[in-house]
Amino acid sequence: MMIVETVIYGLVVGAVYGVVALGFVLIYKSSSVLNLAQGSLLMLGGFICLQISQWLPGGVWFFILAVFITLVIATLIGFSVERLALRPLIGEPLISVIMMTIGLNVLLGGIGYAIWGSGNFPYPTDIIPIGSVSILGTPISYKYIFSLIIALLCVVFFILFFQFTRSGIAMRATADDQLAAQSLGISTSQIFRYAWAIGCITAAIGGIIIGFLIGLNSYNTPVLGLRVLPVVLLGGLDSIPGAIIGGLIVGVTENLAGAYLDPIVGGGMRDLFPYILIIIILMVKPYGLFGWVRIERI
Amino acid sequence: MLWVNNIEVVYMEVILVLKGVSLEVHEGAIVSLLGANGGGKSTTLKAISGLLKPEEGEVTDGNIEFNDIRIDNKGPEDIARMGIVQVMEGRRIFEHLSTEENLKAGAHIRGDGSSLKHDLDMVYNYFPKLRDLRHSTSGYLSGGEQQMLVMGRAMMANPSLMLLDEPSLGLAPLLVQEIYNIVLRINSEEKTSILLVEQNVRAALSIATYGYVMENGKVVFDGEAEKLRDNEDIQEFYMGLSHMGKQKSYREVKHYKRRKRWLG
Amino acid sequence: MHNPCGVFNETYEQDLAIFRTKTQWGLLIGAIIIAFTFPLFLNSYILGVLIQIFATIIILHGLNILTGYCGQISLAQAAFAAVGGYTSALLSEWALGAALPEWFPGIFNFWITVPIAGLTAGAIGVLFGIPALRLRGFYLVMATLAAHFIIIYIIVHTIGTQAQTLPAPHLFGLLLNNSQSYYYVVLVALIALSYVAKNLVRTRFGRAWIAIRDNDLAAEVMGISLFRYKLSAFFIGCLFAGLGGALWAHYTRSITPEYYHLTYGLWYLGYIIVGGMGSALGPFFGASFLIILTQGLAEVISALSGTFYGIESYLSAAREVLFGLVVVLFMILEPRGIAHRWNLFKAYYRLFPYAH
Ligand SMILES: Nc1ncnc2c1ncn2[C@@H]1O[C@H](COP(=O)(O)OP(=O)(O)OP(=O)(O)O)[C@@H](O)[C@H]1O
Ligand SMILES: [Mg+2]
Repeated sequence: MMIVETVIYGLVVGAVYGVVALGFVLIYKSSSVLNLAQGSLLMLGGFICLQISQWLPGGVWFFILAVFITLVIATLIGFSVERLALRPLIGEPLISVIMMTIGLNVLLGGIGYAIWGSGNFPYPTDIIPIGSVSILGTPISYKYIFSLIIALLCVVFFILFFQFTRSGIAMRATADDQLAAQSLGISTSQIFRYAWAIGCITAAIGGIIIGFLIGLNSYNTPVLGLRVLPVVLLGGLDSIPGAIIGGLIVGVTENLAGAYLDPIVGGGMRDLFPYILIIIILMVKPYGLFGWVRIERI
Repeated sequence: MLWVNNIEVVYMEVILVLKGVSLEVHEGAIVSLLGANGGGKSTTLKAISGLLKPEEGEVTDGNIEFNDIRIDNKGPEDIARMGIVQVMEGRRIFEHLSTEENLKAGAHIRGDGSSLKHDLDMVYNYFPKLRDLRHSTSGYLSGGEQQMLVMGRAMMANPSLMLLDEPSLGLAPLLVQEIYNIVLRINSEEKTSILLVEQNVRAALSIATYGYVMENGKVVFDGEAEKLRDNEDIQEFYMGLSHMGKQKSYREVKHYKRRKRWLG
Repeated sequence: MHNPCGVFNETYEQDLAIFRTKTQWGLLIGAIIIAFTFPLFLNSYILGVLIQIFATIIILHGLNILTGYCGQISLAQAAFAAVGGYTSALLSEWALGAALPEWFPGIFNFWITVPIAGLTAGAIGVLFGIPALRLRGFYLVMATLAAHFIIIYIIVHTIGTQAQTLPAPHLFGLLLNNSQSYYYVVLVALIALSYVAKNLVRTRFGRAWIAIRDNDLAAEVMGISLFRYKLSAFFIGCLFAGLGGALWAHYTRSITPEYYHLTYGLWYLGYIIVGGMGSALGPFFGASFLIILTQGLAEVISALSGTFYGIESYLSAAREVLFGLVVVLFMILEPRGIAHRWNLFKAYYRLFPYAH
């Protein structure tokens, strides 16, 4: 039964990766920026929610209120990051954009560290009931089920959003051809702003889920942002379903690797395996499993 | 409705491309803008639609008025909202979106969901082929279908003035004729004024009411379409006709002297 | 060179009447001479900072070639520095411990292990360059990130996280185990390697790299072998990382994997961006500016620790905030780095008092 358990936990972890990866993909799809600051945004979102919930009285309803306030703050962070940091870089080469998000990651991570220090911050345990359900004979605790549901809700929401809403279509159109989008009256700066807001919101949701699952840590949580990069590239940088499928694949394979390879090589495989996987995948498919192949002309 | 008043356009603060261009488009007219490659036709359209800005171009002199409002310093979104939509050169569809999603993107500025279906039907009515292709990824459409798609997409914005940049580029003559007939229909049925940029002078002058000829960033000729059609210079330099017959040798001498004398 | 302001004043007075190229020669020689006199009057703390700056510049030369000239963005430079440091450490240790002939360990000394360390890092760089051949942009960044984690994983799981010690070098019977003497080793290495780096980019390799950076597809169609030149860029880039890493490791004399955390890989990229990518002077400006800035911050914080109790605990956070802020501001205000400003300044100075 060990393998079933490993796979199920892998799926749960993978779904969380999927949500965080969504944030990357959304920003990349609409503004062609790979946001390496996602890890710090994740941490900030998680910490802000925790902090607000501590200021408020306890209880589930107040916690939900704290989540909503966090999402509003995340939106504002997204707006300001886009306006202050990314807008001036329009037209600059790729490396500038990458370096900007790296700089932001270090900056925001440092701010988080300065405010919250280096300790471990678990989320309150009275929000999600303790206990477990049995799936295929394996007990899975409620917090995992809860995370899975939230992750799936996010995915369904964003797929519907991009497929059917006016703004969603405008965002995809902008990703395809900015100038043509502008000629139709679509405001690209507005689109970028929204993309960053959505990216920050998904990061905050991811941070909150991680807070419930393993607790927050100003040192490790930002690294989780990098951990999601293999997921994004596996699925392809511009595919929303790809982010989720990539998340599930990475979640499951890293858990399997942890369970079966660790005894052979002496540990640590869970953390390393996504990167080995990505090297192999990139050798075979340089644009990920579902990414757009850019048609290039000289 | 549209007045372009002696505008000068500079790219990247150094490249002077338009050197005083004036033109006007009246309500309900089809005006065509002709001329050799690099004459500044597309630049003129971009100046009107505001798309110069993303390309680091700027109107440095003169002004553009649309329905008595100055638009030469407005952004492309505002101008599109005022009713001017440009169909850019080279069929810039959103290639990863389906045909219908492309059309929906065209209706972005409208915002009112209720008439969306009606407008889609209207576009499909003009371009029946698009209806069959509405769920396919637009990147895989043929060149002609893509041209129809970008025109249909522009119509979704319900413009009062449509700027068409070389709709016939790379299309078979029969298809060009079809597209032009549709342009005529759009003009008469939807009451959309049209400013049409073309290399295909004969085709353009067959549907236009008025024409301008540009060369090197200046308007060198303008007049009623019929007059332009009959003008010998236009015929020789832009339509490739030459006058055969006994006067030929005399003509050639004269021709030599006359060659694009307006450039001098 | 590493101290443009002071040097500049000296030679400005001396060489005012001489040609521009001669001015540059004068500047260069003046700077080298001054650099050689530093140990006479600077204390070991400052010399230590200088050694750190010099070793970093060597590592940055490699990254500058790989990223700045060849356009292959790499986050793995710290890992390749680790390869250098650990190769030299292991070789030295093995030579001491193994049952070798009396004379043999003496051959496996600093002067041999450091070049081997560089070559090993270069070879491993080529190994990771192969999957990177077909990749571009973010996908390449990702592959180098993976390379970093894989290398560090292998180090942690074969050698372990405990500190690894390294011997100090001998030269003509002298033990170079203090900052004063080791400073000269690093300074000479820096001068030689800067010369190599500067000249490499002017060879056919350099031109091919730049062509690949500007448009790899066009470069390939023009007959530039992507295989050969991308891999050579990886080799050279990682070679420099290995050399710099080994030189630094022999200064600290003890290394752990923490010394080569991913953060440093990111910082290296920040250094060359702030300094000016694709410019031979970029690494000098970037490393000097940022290392002096962060060291200055550490000084300020330790000076304040008397008045504000517990402020030291904020040092690493403050350093990160400062670094992030500098990078972000540079990206917004001067994406081409200090080297670009320096060129503008030179042009301004040359043309003064005219604007053009
Ligand atoms: N973004 C730009 N930056 C700099 N110069 C430009 C830019 N766009 C156009 N130009 C220059 O402006 C001039 C006019 O270009 P324009 O595209 O308006 O010509 P055109 O009349 O549309 O030609 P064609 O019939 O070939 O499309 C050309 O010389 C071109 O090189
Ligand atoms: Mg044109």
